[in-house]
Amino acid sequence: MLMHPDQKSDLLGAETETPILALNRVTKTFPGVTALSEVSLELFPGKVTALVGENGAGKSTVVKILTGIYQPDGGEIEIDGAPCRFPNSQAAGDAGVTAIHQETVLFDELSVAENIFLGHAPRGRFGLIDTAEMIEKARAILVSIGAQIDPHTRLKDLGIANKHLVAIARALSIDARVVIMDEPTAALSQKEIEELYVLVEELKDQGKAILFISHKFDEIFRIADHYTVFRDGALVGTGSIADVSEGELVKMMVGRDVSQIFPERDHNVGDEILVVEGYEHPTEFADIDFTLHRGEILGFYGLVGAGRSEFMQSLFGITRPASGTLRIDGEKVVIRSPADAVANGIVYVPEDRGKQGAITALPIFQNVTLPSLGRTSRNGFLRLAEEFKLAREYTERLDLRAASLDTDVGNLSGGNQQKVVIAKWLATQPKVIILDEPTKGIDIGSKAAVHEFMAELAAQGLAVIMVSSEIPEIMGMSDRVIVMREGRIAAELSGDQITPESLVRHAAGI
Amino acid sequence: MSKHVLMSREMLLTGAIILLLGIIASRFPAFIAPSNLANVFNDTAPLILLAIGQMIVILTRCIDLSVAANLALTGMVVAMINVAMPELPVPVIIVISIGFGALLGMINGVLVWKLAIPPIVVTLGTMTIFRGTIFLLSDGKWVNSHEFSDTFKAFPRTELLGLPLMSWIAIAAVIFFTLVMSRTTLGRAFYAAGGNPHAATYAGIDVGKTQFWAFTISGALAGLTGYLWVSRFAVAFVDLAGGFELNVVAACVIGGVAIMGGIGTVVGAMLGSLFLGIISNALPVVNISPFWQLAISGSAIIIAVALNAQANRDKGRIILKRAENAT
Amino acid sequence: MTETPRSSIPDRLRSPLDRRLKSWETLLLAVAIAIFVVNSFTSPYFLNAWNLSDMTFNFTEKAMIAFAMALLIIAGEIDLSVASIIALASTAMGAAVQVGVGTPGLVLIGLGVGLLCGAFNGVLVTRMGLPSIVVTIGTMSLFRGISYIVLGDQAYRGYPSDFAFFGQGYVFWVISFEFVLFACLALIYYVLLHKTNFGRAVYAIGNNPVGAEFSGIRVARVKFILFLLTGLMSGVAAICLTSRLASTRPSIAVGWELEIVTMVVLGGVNILGGSGSIPGVVIAAFVMGLVTFGLGLLNVPGIVMSIVIGALLIGVIALPRLWQTWRLQAAKR
Repeated sequence: MLMHPDQKSDLLGAETETPILALNRVTKTFPGVTALSEVSLELFPGKVTALVGENGAGKSTVVKILTGIYQPDGGEIEIDGAPCRFPNSQAAGDAGVTAIHQETVLFDELSVAENIFLGHAPRGRFGLIDTAEMIEKARAILVSIGAQIDPHTRLKDLGIANKHLVAIARALSIDARVVIMDEPTAALSQKEIEELYVLVEELKDQGKAILFISHKFDEIFRIADHYTVFRDGALVGTGSIADVSEGELVKMMVGRDVSQIFPERDHNVGDEILVVEGYEHPTEFADIDFTLHRGEILGFYGLVGAGRSEFMQSLFGITRPASGTLRIDGEKVVIRSPADAVANGIVYVPEDRGKQGAITALPIFQNVTLPSLGRTSRNGFLRLAEEFKLAREYTERLDLRAASLDTDVGNLSGGNQQKVVIAKWLATQPKVIILDEPTKGIDIGSKAAVHEFMAELAAQGLAVIMVSSEIPEIMGMSDRVIVMREGRIAAELSGDQITPESLVRHAAGI
Repeated sequence: MSKHVLMSREMLLTGAIILLLGIIASRFPAFIAPSNLANVFNDTAPLILLAIGQMIVILTRCIDLSVAANLALTGMVVAMINVAMPELPVPVIIVISIGFGALLGMINGVLVWKLAIPPIVVTLGTMTIFRGTIFLLSDGKWVNSHEFSDTFKAFPRTELLGLPLMSWIAIAAVIFFTLVMSRTTLGRAFYAAGGNPHAATYAGIDVGKTQFWAFTISGALAGLTGYLWVSRFAVAFVDLAGGFELNVVAACVIGGVAIMGGIGTVVGAMLGSLFLGIISNALPVVNISPFWQLAISGSAIIIAVALNAQANRDKGRIILKRAENAT
Repeated sequence: MTETPRSSIPDRLRSPLDRRLKSWETLLLAVAIAIFVVNSFTSPYFLNAWNLSDMTFNFTEKAMIAFAMALLIIAGEIDLSVASIIALASTAMGAAVQVGVGTPGLVLIGLGVGLLCGAFNGVLVTRMGLPSIVVTIGTMSLFRGISYIVLGDQAYRGYPSDFAFFGQGYVFWVISFEFVLFACLALIYYVLLHKTNFGRAVYAIGNNPVGAEFSGIRVARVKFILFLLTGLMSGVAAICLTSRLASTRPSIAVGWELEIVTMVVLGGVNILGGSGSIPGVVIAAFVMGLVTFGLGLLNVPGIVMSIVIGALLIGVIALPRLWQTWRLQAAKR
């Protein structure tokens, strides 16, 4: 059911009225990159349009153009069929376009009401902000979305889910005709996601046009009416959700047939290498006991915010637990810093690549050798030839694609950056490698490469801990799975026990 | 709960000030006589004015080290205008001083806004440029008491309801800027731009422009203070108020303004100024050499920033159920 | 460069020499030479070995601190208290002279006070996690404040005659001890920053302190050492300056922190951390020395020179950015 984009939009135009908001052959270039080339997008009143594409396909650029952060270099934005411009985000707001962003971008030090009305607060006498009315209006909006939040509360005193509700309230406070939801469910629990769906339905009933950006196909098929697919900054398909299958969407996204295949693995598990007993932190996690074996991939599953990353970071010495013991190869060790962890053979590939994983402004080879400088140097003096040798050895093992080894890591794609981070740790010849959401935000090709490599590492006898929120990944890769909920181990599953149902059930506590 | 935190920071400082006054009064009761306290307040008025401006600048994640140099330059300019045109009425002089100071502040603001140069570099540079300009204007000479017109000198000392106009201007500024900060879009923008610049951009706030206005306000207040300072002490020279920018930053830090931006209040800045003002006025009374002043304000900065950091320490995410109940 | 080779990634695409030729340092060197040429034409007194030797005193002491400051700024911190450390170290040495301490003792005291002050800053920043800019604004007042408490409006004099060598002695013909020390320290800091693991850690921390910590670098320890080094260099500079002036007043070296930061920034160090080089700082030291000396020969008063320095500080950052925006706009048209 693939049609040419132009043809398709004619067809849609015939069945409904003109779109509230449309992009017409919009192009956006950055130095050296074309982020968008002549893409079109139409949003209709009372309809949800899902914008689908891999990372780097141009989705966030579209959001930034629609909200006035970026200016298109070519093409037009149309409102009710009339061309218009959004020179800044104020203008986009005035035109009735509002966005709820991936991370909740709000202000910790301001009150909830101020967060909702920042930039468009009701004015009273002398043009001063009418605090009483602002509070009242904020309360009304919060009630309308079923949020039990006092508008006086300072934002920093709220939990992550409530912050998200404030972000939604903010979007609604602008009398919006177009609501952009950029990965709105990323930080939410299942229950909160359900509430969000209800809210989306209400917005549809009010005749608002919704642009829904998500990586999760179940969501897209559940709430979207239309879809638009981008690939590498170009429009590859658009149409009605009813006329498309999941497989067809994936095909459009990646430009080829991909069913996620995980590498074949022998589940040959060796002897114990890491034993964790009674790890406990005052606020983040408690009662963590488990063992890890050579050649094993141990999956850590749970909802976002279940305390998995926090526990891993304490294992790596970033935060110190209040109590608990750690044995490596039967010997008790105390880890006070990442340097201690590395010295004891524990390494950590963090989820936040840009901030924690790589030093993006330094070249590839310097990133790779950073924790191994002791080996490449002599008496503390650098030896560049040794560094290049080590960096080459490990980046080649990971099949890194780069122009040269002195390219800055920031110039690489997400997948290749992840390979640099993994190469950095393998070069230290660790005993235990912890991978935190190792394939999050990287393209499908690199994803498979990372999976294959993980299997290879395990086969060579390395012990692997994999934190992941993706059920297929957990099921495809793990020998054993620990499910965490609210900072504690909810279940330990192995073999046939690892089913999607059991994972979700333990993670959600039902 | 948030209200309590907000209150406690200022209440703590008020408590510290009362304690300080109590200690001084235990040995020199005359110090807390209303007339003397009024004097202390009047002496501190310039610091309060500058600290309000600095507070706004720091809120937006910037710093203005050029305030004292701005004060001195504007002071010299209005002094020379007064010498050249003694007939010019004081309100015009005040308008000129505010305008000229704002202009100097705008220079900082434009460099930060349009060229994105780190504020510390910009204001360290303009600080020396302003000072050097005073030398160029005055040829290094002083403008002395007898050269000023009487009305020029009399204004800040003129009493209204028992307080000199100097004090009234400080009080007016505190009230005016409290209103601006809490009840205007610009005021909230200062908090937003400093608290979360990324989010502020999405909320339609131009962070650079907001910083520009912060520097402009700081400059305007420095200019106004320049006139008040020169007329009160009836002298203008190159090194006028030399190093005073450190006292201003100290007042803000003591007043609970977070140097990383986004946190601070006008009242806090005022209390921080008063704390320093009381100490500097009490030193001669309790017979400590004024040479102690510098070391004391330095220690006060360090202690205050350490306390602020303690209060804002990241305590980790609350994931465990019992931890949630405990707080 | 069309097709990336699959299994063999080249080490480098551009040669290090090519990189160096197109660097800020090369531009700065050209500026230094230009100023030198202009100076030698405008003043007949400029091209004289002794005058040029005198000129080096304009920057040697500041440059010693600037080397350590460069590392500190590259690592993303700053120390505004350096000039006050000079004052405190000088005061301590002056006080020691009054009780009859000899030259070796004075040197130890100067270095020791510098180290202690650096350690104090370092503890506040790395142990207590306070922002260095505020901490060192505080210690800037505190350290000089202690000098004022000790000295008031008095001065210490009477330094032993052999103490004069550090600031007034000559090693060979017109080559002063200070200049030799400056050259040695330049070499030491060059090796430290560009040729050692420690230097690599400094760059890593400056570019991304969290990433560096996550890579197993002991960030707090490295930063603490940098504060120690900056304090130590301030102590060294205090010895040279005190020896040169043969007296100590609490206002000694006032405002130097500004000139030192200017020197570092002029030398191409990013004030936000992450990049910069020692050769750049060395050339910047010469540029500032030459400008000050040239203006001095033309009888321009000192305070006017400070305008030039302030303008330089802003100008060296502003001009490349203006140029960039101008080019971007030109490209759009």
